[in-house]
Amino acid sequence: MSADTHPDAHGHVGDGHGHDDEEAHGSRKGYAIGFLLSVVLTAIPFWLVMARPLATQATALLIMAFAAVQMVVHMIFFLHMNRRAEGGWSIMALLFTVVIVLIALSGSLWVMYHMNANMMPMQDMSRME
Amino acid sequence: MQTPTTHPAISPFLGRFTLESLPLHEPIVVATFVAVAIGGAALLAALTYFKLWGYLWKEWFTTVDHKRIGIMYMILGIIMLLRGFSDAIMMRLQQAWAFGGSEGYLNAHHYDQVFTAHGVIMIFFVAMPIVTGLMNYVVPLQIGARDVSFPFLNNFSFWMTAGGAVTVMMSLFVGEFAQTGWLAMPPLSGIGFSPGVGVDYYIWSLQIAGVGTLLSGVNLIATIVKLRAPGMTMMKMPIFCWTALCTNILIVAAFPVLTAVLALLSLDRYVDTAFFTNTLGGNPMMYVNLIWIWGHPEVYILILPMFGVFSEVTSTFSGKRLFGYTSMVYATLVITVLAYLVWLHHFFTMGSGASVNSFFGITTMIISIPTGAKIFNWLFTMYRGRVRFELPMMWTIAFMITFTLGGMTGVLLAVPPADFVLHNSLFLVAHFHNVIIGGVLFGAFAAINYWWPKAFGFKLDVWWGKLSFWLWVSGFYFAFMPLYVLGLMGVTRRLRTFDDPSYQIWFIIAGFGAFLIALGIAAMLIQFFVSIRNRKALRDVTGDPWHGRTLEWATSSPPPDYNFAFTPVVHDGDAWADMKTRGYKRPLNGYKDIHMPSNTGAGVILGALSVAFGVGMIWYVWWLAALSFVGIIGVAIVHTFNYKRDYYIPAAEVTRQEEAHTASLAGVTA
Repeated sequence: MSADTHPDAHGHVGDGHGHDDEEAHGSRKGYAIGFLLSVVLTAIPFWLVMARPLATQATALLIMAFAAVQMVVHMIFFLHMNRRAEGGWSIMALLFTVVIVLIALSGSLWVMYHMNANMMPMQDMSRME
Repeated sequence: MQTPTTHPAISPFLGRFTLESLPLHEPIVVATFVAVAIGGAALLAALTYFKLWGYLWKEWFTTVDHKRIGIMYMILGIIMLLRGFSDAIMMRLQQAWAFGGSEGYLNAHHYDQVFTAHGVIMIFFVAMPIVTGLMNYVVPLQIGARDVSFPFLNNFSFWMTAGGAVTVMMSLFVGEFAQTGWLAMPPLSGIGFSPGVGVDYYIWSLQIAGVGTLLSGVNLIATIVKLRAPGMTMMKMPIFCWTALCTNILIVAAFPVLTAVLALLSLDRYVDTAFFTNTLGGNPMMYVNLIWIWGHPEVYILILPMFGVFSEVTSTFSGKRLFGYTSMVYATLVITVLAYLVWLHHFFTMGSGASVNSFFGITTMIISIPTGAKIFNWLFTMYRGRVRFELPMMWTIAFMITFTLGGMTGVLLAVPPADFVLHNSLFLVAHFHNVIIGGVLFGAFAAINYWWPKAFGFKLDVWWGKLSFWLWVSGFYFAFMPLYVLGLMGVTRRLRTFDDPSYQIWFIIAGFGAFLIALGIAAMLIQFFVSIRNRKALRDVTGDPWHGRTLEWATSSPPPDYNFAFTPVVHDGDAWADMKTRGYKRPLNGYKDIHMPSNTGAGVILGALSVAFGVGMIWYVWWLAALSFVGIIGVAIVHTFNYKRDYYIPAAEVTRQEEAHTASLAGVTA
């Protein structure tokens, strides 16, 4: 299911690229920077886990922070996201996605926390068997 | 807990399929099977006799034309409506019958499958194909495009949806369907309580169809964002395209949640994980939470395009620009975001505290504000318009009344204390049928009557259309108003037998309503048949039978393969109305070759292999699942090497088709 033939308004068939957008395709330098950043951002969490220089809680939080930065690096260097790409649609889609993911995650945590506080404990039920 | 590996009889060749899996002990199913087999054999024989296989394969099954794919989606939706409705009328009969010690005519095993199948089929295989089909047909025409962005993907999406439908239908005669209710909540849907194939049929039919839904969502977003005619800025776009855009955004954001939650349920069932089990730290409530994060946006996925249909219809048949276009766009966008903030109202009673319930109760009430604004926009569009009460407009009026009623009971259910009394009752069942039938189905019928002349070049018969309209609308009120009463009397949903004789009269009235709806469906099928027979008399030669306002009416009916010989240039919203007032003349020469995508059979093959994969997984026929999975990957790779993807319609052919249209237009004015 790769890119498909599609005649667009210009009567032009392409492989999904090659028409008039200012979509960036990245340079060799961009990919290299992205790759190096990704490696560094992966290596440090590995080291944090292997060497354990910090307390467990701090390690966990730090790894999550590195993961968040890693995502941004991927979006900028590999997905070529910026405010102008695709006439602003990329950044809009990203913002929408972030909003929806935040709603789903924080909402689920809030809801499940409440259930956990109010309902019969499941673990004890299983021990009753 | 029973695990799949300890299942008594899994043959390496047939998995857990044995002759006992065939429901030969259920006379109703056997009779249905005989009828279907005879009908199916007759259909196949007729297709062979009239030598239609080649035609169907070349012109329809392998087509990448968005118009034909749209029509195939609609046909799939209508066929599945017949199946879903037979389930409905079986339930109505059972519930009107099973009083005073009577068991009715459906045993519990069968009845539980019937209500599950009814819900699953009506939402996933009736409403979804109809919504997707409409968007597929109408959106590219309204934005002046040749086709969708990814024509092959479109064909593939359709065949995945159809593959899901085939899988559901198979469960009727081979094995069983889920007996869990339409959302298959664990722990009931876990392997311990549902060890049979029913829930697996449920999971795999939805997963297969879900691929199609998601990809067609991606496709239509790309189409609307990328392929609009020059001059058509977002705020000059027809309102149906706006609602289609928002619906597809909802699809792309919501359906992965369904896919993920069903995947987790599959892991619980197949490899003994414990995501949603009662034991080992699993939590069934997480399933409920996740599936409604998909489920509530799904409601808006179904209704938003219909809001678009009603907007187009009201504006066309009032002969006016839509009142409050901008507010309509913003209302749609607000609904798109708010759709993600209300899911908990589906489980107020599961045990959240007052703060959670109040938050979701209030967001639910807030979402009725943009919806209410839309109703007023339609009313103000009609105000001082010259309203023509053609069939699409009649369905729109019926919608406004019925949907407002359903919306009000919805706001009532959004009050958590009221919901504690009414949840899981027939009041709830009446509410969601009120909005889904009154909104989605009435919208579908308005759309079918409105765009049929565009799709086929002749109008639908008015007499049978009106008969169907009155039967449907009155049937709806007879069938569902009693359920509100029963709900207030305390009757819960999904019951098979009843003790209290005072309920019976209401169930009999509801059954009568279902009978009227059956006649309404029959009248609609007769309407199609009569119209096709009288197509010469009903012919529309102008391409614009309703004095339409948007671009799809600017081309001939049915539109040529290439939609528009020249891409239209848009200066104003309601582009075609604007062109007509400015005295637009069709260009009559200077046609060029038109570059088009070629048909391909890859979509059909991938859909069929997916069904085989699903069957393998459902019946634990691992070799079949593995083989067809490899087949899917293989066919997909081979398809990427197919370079015969496009062709040109020669200018001479374009000239011929456009001159035929010119001649038929001249025949009208002469």
